[in-house]
Amino acid sequence: MTQTGMDTDVFQAFVVQLERFVRERLVPAEKETEKLNRVPDAILAEMRDMGLFGLTMPEEYGGAGMNVSQYVETIRILSWASGAFRALISINIGMACSALVKNGTDEQRKYWLPKLADGAIAAFALTEPDSGSDAAALKTSARRDGGDYVLNGSKRYITNAPFADMIIVMARTEAAALPKNAHISAFLVPADTPGVSIGKPEEKLGQNGSQIADVILEDARVPAAALLGGEEGTGFKAAMQSLDAGRICIAAAATGYAARILDCGLRYAAERKAFGQPIAQFQLIQAMLADSKAELYAAECMIRDAALNADKGRQVSLEASCAKMYASEMCGRIADRVVQIHGGAGYLKEYEAERFFRDARIFRIYEGTTQIQQLVIAKNMLRRMAG
Amino acid sequence: MKILVPVKRVIDYNVKVRVKSDQSGVDLANVKMSMNPFDEIAVEEAVRLKEAGTAEEIVAVSIGPEKAQDQLRQALAMGADRAILIKTEETVEPLAVAKLLKKVVEEESPELVILGKQAIDDDSNQTGQMLAALLGWAQGTFASKVNLADGKIDVTREIDGGLQTVSLKLPAIVTTDLRLNEPRYASLPNIMKAKKKPLDVKEIGDYGVDVAPRLETLKVTEPPKREAGVKVESVAELVDKLKNEAGVL
Repeated sequence: MTQTGMDTDVFQAFVVQLERFVRERLVPAEKETEKLNRVPDAILAEMRDMGLFGLTMPEEYGGAGMNVSQYVETIRILSWASGAFRALISINIGMACSALVKNGTDEQRKYWLPKLADGAIAAFALTEPDSGSDAAALKTSARRDGGDYVLNGSKRYITNAPFADMIIVMARTEAAALPKNAHISAFLVPADTPGVSIGKPEEKLGQNGSQIADVILEDARVPAAALLGGEEGTGFKAAMQSLDAGRICIAAAATGYAARILDCGLRYAAERKAFGQPIAQFQLIQAMLADSKAELYAAECMIRDAALNADKGRQVSLEASCAKMYASEMCGRIADRVVQIHGGAGYLKEYEAERFFRDARIFRIYEGTTQIQQLVIAKNMLRRMAG
Repeated sequence: MKILVPVKRVIDYNVKVRVKSDQSGVDLANVKMSMNPFDEIAVEEAVRLKEAGTAEEIVAVSIGPEKAQDQLRQALAMGADRAILIKTEETVEPLAVAKLLKKVVEEESPELVILGKQAIDDDSNQTGQMLAALLGWAQGTFASKVNLADGKIDVTREIDGGLQTVSLKLPAIVTTDLRLNEPRYASLPNIMKAKKKPLDVKEIGDYGVDVAPRLETLKVTEPPKREAGVKVESVAELVDKLKNEAGVL
């Protein structure tokens, strides 16, 4: 099944506005975002007005109905600015939308999708102090109690937790570990549910303005209607469905940010003079610029190709992992070279290169580390060879 | 009240303009085009008047190529209700534009026309004034503030060394200056809605107006490159250079 997405002319008109919005509104707000360690309210309101929270939601629920290619392109453009802005919308347009559209009940879709498209912020709570990718070890429990479920446990490193209006909580509905993680169910939990509390935001190396924190569930009681799809044991499957698109998305974010970093390096090299001429005239600087450009171009091609194939309904686990691994590593290399081009200045907080270098590091870690991507790629290669 | 907002498709303000090698004009091939920034301000002002309950309908009109629909759609996404494109691939000079707009005004009967004080491509700064003259309407040009009440509109104008406020009887023409407002971005939901708003496409022939150019462009050239300055040792040397080299004294 091919995903056609929005009308091309409407999408192009949006791109024109978005590019301006990013350069005229988001980039100038970066310093304040970094200082406050949150996106300023006025900017958040503008992001909501722009419709950024509903990119992927179907039109009938107040969203824009973008296909993968379109929203990946949107993320690439948005990621010219600090990752803090993108992080706010990331769960809405990814995991939450996909889980609700593919697995939600009609009632859940009608209740949550218009709210999320309007800018209610979603968080996704899978990781725990003792479990991450190893979902079999997940401890948070959901106990059926009459017409309700009672949730207990703690979740760690949950992006957007301090700002969230709704948290998708993954919890065990079976004590024993079942095949395909069928012991795990997903719950749509309003953040103001009694028994839900949010820990202190973690202090991070970079991407300030985006916050992660623990989510603690102490006898948090939700109605059975909060169980995603109204069926126990489907939570893990629902979470995995948006994995490939999520990885292409992070690849796009790393690619968009790498373009910004390289632009900064290029401008500095053209302005900074040494031995009587701009350092951009020195061949060793040129080599760094050229390598960076070629790698950036390769990543751009990869994300577009992977997204296009996803829209054609093809299985893109391998391509998504290749793009995520390559783009995140590429962004790290470019950030490193741009610090190098800046020389001593690149190590100073006064220059953007320093922030870029810190911000870029996380791309190689979240949404599956480079090492996890390597496993996925190799596994898919072997599977394809076996036919 | 109905407001008419003429908008022009021009070369984007961020683009470095290049002159064609035969000096016949500027190169528009594969160049990003946008709505004239002063016209964006005009659309924004009209939308604000509508949001304030002063205006009921906003009609955007453009005279230009098929692709000028993009700029009209942007006006619709910003809040205009419908749009008219008068299609032409030819260059239309300000007087011809004013004549066409007069016809549109006669058809639409707006009480207010708000347009940019000039377009950033040819910088003519003529259309609004010519339209006011052709219609015999009051005009408030270079508006930095407007206040519409009791059947009249007060327009604060930026003039050399200060501000001047004129009070116009309606119907009237207002041309916008840079500081009138800060135009909004067209949001994704509004861009989607704009696609469903009516956009009529007309031909110049529909209006029976002579749009033949009255000006002939002889050649277009790049501005001269700025050269580095020189330091002089004394006033006497400066005067000498101004007299004998620059020839300005």
